[in-house]
Amino acid sequence: MIWEAEFVWRAMMAGVGVALVTGPLGCFVVWRRMAYFGNSLAHTAFLGIALGILLGIDPMFGIAAAAIAVALLLVMMQRQTQLADDTLLGILAHGGMALGLVTLGFMEGIRVDLLSYLFGDVLAVRWSDVWWIYGAGSVALLALILLWRSLLMVTVHPELAAAEGAPVLAIRLAFMLMIAVTIAIAMKIVGILLITSMLIIPAAAARRFSSTPERMAMAAAAIGVVAVVSGMAGSITWDTPAGPSIVVAATALFAISRLPALSGFAIRRET
Amino acid sequence: MTRQEPPPLVSVKGLRVSFEDRRVLDGIDLDIRSGEIVTLIGPNGAGKTTLVRAILGLLKPEAGTVLRKPNLTFGYVPQRFAVDPTLPLTVSRLLSLPRKRGRAESEQALSEVGAAYTIDKPIQGLSGGEFQRVMLARALLRRPDLLVLDEPLQGVDVSGQAALFELVGRLRRLHGFGVLLVSHDLHLVMRATDRVICMNHHVCCHGTPHDVTRHPEYLRLFGPEAARSLAVYTHMHDHDHDLRGEVVTLHEDGPTTRRAGGGGS
Repeated sequence: MIWEAEFVWRAMMAGVGVALVTGPLGCFVVWRRMAYFGNSLAHTAFLGIALGILLGIDPMFGIAAAAIAVALLLVMMQRQTQLADDTLLGILAHGGMALGLVTLGFMEGIRVDLLSYLFGDVLAVRWSDVWWIYGAGSVALLALILLWRSLLMVTVHPELAAAEGAPVLAIRLAFMLMIAVTIAIAMKIVGILLITSMLIIPAAAARRFSSTPERMAMAAAAIGVVAVVSGMAGSITWDTPAGPSIVVAATALFAISRLPALSGFAIRRET
Repeated sequence: MTRQEPPPLVSVKGLRVSFEDRRVLDGIDLDIRSGEIVTLIGPNGAGKTTLVRAILGLLKPEAGTVLRKPNLTFGYVPQRFAVDPTLPLTVSRLLSLPRKRGRAESEQALSEVGAAYTIDKPIQGLSGGEFQRVMLARALLRRPDLLVLDEPLQGVDVSGQAALFELVGRLRRLHGFGVLLVSHDLHLVMRATDRVICMNHHVCCHGTPHDVTRHPEYLRLFGPEAARSLAVYTHMHDHDHDLRGEVVTLHEDGPTTRRAGGGGS
């Protein structure tokens, strides 16, 4: 029976690990309206893949390095006021992506399976990938917990936070780094094109059932885990691509969360 | 020993701020002392919020100085802003940002501003007046030396505006902090103000509300209409509305609440 195969359980573990991180982090992406940021940063992964192959290291590290570099560059360039942030981000991210693809084209004799990067190849994850997912994921989650209140405050009103002495730039930078790390570990599961969906769909689906930010973060993690498990089960049963199957499952969960009949299920403490 | 005036909370001298090639503030001098309410008025685009940001230390002046009393704590209430509807945030949670506050502490601050009943409400469901009071309560929790209110009347209905100013005046007497108020409209705030600074990129005139409204610079900026419209705000309502919109009848022996049966007034 295929369900007993080690690679299936390994894939499930990897997917669950990613969902546990993308859920809570994705809440901030939704609250801060940074979906485009996540998407763009994910696209720079191509530069990271090229970098990884050039240096002979796992593309995961290359992707993390490229995403961090773009995030840092973005913060530095935001000091000028002529170009809007999303324009700047688009230039950096797509420039990086194109540069990565051109670099890959220059490498002779290396065949890169771009499709597996675009849509993920979760059933091919190795144990070392699982360790990285849980290791880097724990660091990102821990940082998120430590910065939770500060990040919420900066999300509510950055000027007010700054006036009260919060290191707003450092907090924003830390958040971008968390996203960069998450993109690097999520790439193998759902692929570059669908990473943003793992950030925003579980969070959006969780909104309806949450009366506090913490509950929304936990609900998003739970919904993400359900999406991963059911999506992978579907993928194995019907032999569909795993990454897109997970995202289809997440989208279905989001649709269910919007059903009017569920309005009574809100987890509330209102008097 | 002669009684010495305590040093000001904030002292601005010769402040100049430019954005790119546009000079927004020039030659601004301004002192704010403990226990006084200073109102900054000026037309839209006069640089009022820029001056506030400089006082709060949010921008670097091109020239001049902003001196703050050592360990000065600000209670800043920014211009009305919206919290993203996807963020599930109740009033008590907002008060607990970025530092955790006990429920009793939050409740006390909220009742001081007359908004204790909002404690479990989502932020996005508050009216303009409720939101300003909640932000005021949040500022009070910081035990400020200086309260900074930027256009606190935005989104507050006319009868709520007077109540809000009375509240600010009462809190000032109670806590003794200084208040810096920003408004584009003097006649709304003059009753609650000790000193008015009328500005348009530079300080045009300053003094008591009474003096400023008669100053030629003020009349040039706001037109004679502004001086005349002050009369509108001296008439009396025969009733008022409390925060929930219920009618409060004004008797000589103090207000009593008349419950409207859901219909409002």
